[in-house]
Amino acid sequence: MSTPPPPMPQQAAAAPTWQAAPGTSYSSPIPVTRTHLGHALTSEWTKIKSVRSTLWTLGIFLLLVVGIGFLVAAQTQDADFSDVPYTIPAFFGLILGQICLITLGVLVVSSEYGTGMIRTTFTASPQRHRVLTAKLIIFFAVAFTVSVFSIGLVGLMTSAMHSGSSNVSWGGTVVKGALYVSLLGVLSLAVGSMLRHSAGAITTMLGVVLVPAILPAFLMLSQSMRTIGEKMQEYAAPNALARVFALDNENGGGGAQLGLLAGVTAAAIAGAYVLLERRDV
Amino acid sequence: MIEAVGLTKRYGAKTAVYNLSFQVRPGAVTGFLGPNGSGKSTTMRMILGLDNPTSGQVTIGGFPYRKLPNAPRQVGALLDAKAVHGGRHARNHLLCLAQLSGIPARRVDEVLGVVGLQDVAKKRSKGFSLGMGQRLGIAAALLGDPQVLLFDEPVNGLDPEGILWVRNLMKALAAEGRTVFVSSHLMSEMALTADHLIVIGRGQLLADQNIKDFISHNSADFARVRTPETEPQQREKLTAALTEAGGQVLPEQDGALRVMGLALPRISDLAHSADVRLWELSPHQASLEEAYMRMTQGSVDYRSTIDQKAGLQQELPPGAMPPPQLAVAGQGQPGWYAPPPPQQGGQPFAMPQGAPQAGPYGAPGTPGAPGAADVNPYAQPAPQAPAQPPVAPPAPAAPATPDLTKPEDAR
Repeated sequence: MSTPPPPMPQQAAAAPTWQAAPGTSYSSPIPVTRTHLGHALTSEWTKIKSVRSTLWTLGIFLLLVVGIGFLVAAQTQDADFSDVPYTIPAFFGLILGQICLITLGVLVVSSEYGTGMIRTTFTASPQRHRVLTAKLIIFFAVAFTVSVFSIGLVGLMTSAMHSGSSNVSWGGTVVKGALYVSLLGVLSLAVGSMLRHSAGAITTMLGVVLVPAILPAFLMLSQSMRTIGEKMQEYAAPNALARVFALDNENGGGGAQLGLLAGVTAAAIAGAYVLLERRDV
Repeated sequence: MIEAVGLTKRYGAKTAVYNLSFQVRPGAVTGFLGPNGSGKSTTMRMILGLDNPTSGQVTIGGFPYRKLPNAPRQVGALLDAKAVHGGRHARNHLLCLAQLSGIPARRVDEVLGVVGLQDVAKKRSKGFSLGMGQRLGIAAALLGDPQVLLFDEPVNGLDPEGILWVRNLMKALAAEGRTVFVSSHLMSEMALTADHLIVIGRGQLLADQNIKDFISHNSADFARVRTPETEPQQREKLTAALTEAGGQVLPEQDGALRVMGLALPRISDLAHSADVRLWELSPHQASLEEAYMRMTQGSVDYRSTIDQKAGLQQELPPGAMPPPQLAVAGQGQPGWYAPPPPQQGGQPFAMPQGAPQAGPYGAPGTPGAPGAADVNPYAQPAPQAPAQPPVAPPAPAAPATPDLTKPEDAR
């Protein structure tokens, strides 16, 4: 840096000294309170209800589950329900409807990365884990409520149309079915948080759902791979849902499948938390 | 108070910020300047805890950002006007941010009024112009009535009314004793707003000083003196008198004199006692832009060049002459931005090589200019021209593009 030329009087007069104001630091008259998870939950609730992707995905989910459920219920006879629960028509809708929840789960977090909103969010709440926790809770609550409502509606509709033909209790299938698709959505949210890219995360999740359903057909061809293929088929998402809805009664109502999904989801959530704290936004 | 100590950030092999230490104090607007890619935004992100520094640390009021108990109530930040979910309308965007730190919803309506977006509060921010996006971002920064404010390019895309408003807002915020840290490319804006400057280039600190000191340290302030051109002996007489009085005198191309180290009234007195008439005695104060260009000249990563349009031209047949290139004084040339400091000696204030005699605007060729540069005492000498280089510089372009969709009449 060059040494300064001798200052001219006309500029020396105008030079203010910014150091002249130390200790006059501003503090807001309104007391600053410590934030907690409750704040993040209300914020995430505002977020999820104020974007159209929520309306679209949940609207289509309802349409698929209730619509297909109604069509199936209308096309079946009373005798078809002799040893299956009344919620069985919802199963067909859920096979497609789960994709809506996967999409919403991914979008809840990845849309923030896509738009840059995440930087605003993490500036407003540098406690990143709290934001992710709030997202997981709010999304799970919304997805679970909507799927319980739709599966329950299909169950009620079917029982009204084919009254007295089934003696299998169907209350448990409503909860387990809703839990299964909601967990799939939560897994998507965790995957979305790790991949930070909408299309990438949705495609990954479709792979997770579809590959175990299709791959066994090829694995079965070879003798050595046969057991792997059978296991994969047993735990593939469509099959797991079928177990949950007691289409296949001998294998205990899909408890193992739900357990596996819960385990995978927990692992993904743990991964999401670790990456969230480490990575730059 | 923002305090950075040895802040370093590496992305793989590239070092974005290296060993940066500075303090941003309350009660003043501190400008944060640097060429594109010099690490300004990276530094801002590290202050806000979005990026983790490779080494070193930065604290706000003694806390690392991510340890603040209620960040939006203590620090307000505008990082990127488009960092919003476009599908959400303005009020809900602010509401979800307010809820995150326990700020009541009525404060949201209040800040919407402050930035003038109340009429478009229920419009989705996807349809906002850049200027409206900036206003929304500023609203978000003001939401928590914070003690420290960070703005990254706050006047980008704002209309003249908005620019004036932001300037006054920042000064008012600083006057209340808040810490205001603003990055900008608009030198004219910074010169009007900032009290203190932090300049970085290639991720390293170049300057951390008062804006007045910055300008005078990095440029040569001088007085321009012109004696009657018909009497060259008067000029020599004055030169001798001024040099004797301790001034530094350099001749200019068009016959004027550049005097450094003497105040204007003193020059006038000396001329009077030497019995020399003066045709011109004018102060020349370097602008912030000149000082800045001069300081950052060596650390510009992305430098524009003159478009030769060679890629569009057909190959010439052998023997044909290429069309003559017009000699235009431009950014690429040495000494274009600002005069070198007086210490360098030689002929520092000579025209850039190849430039037409009276500056880059082609004055000598102007028809009807009698005698061209020689007898025109008001001809602009070259070193003044950098205030408005013809090839778009980063600074003066933006304020000339007013935001046509003002929020007042947007809907």
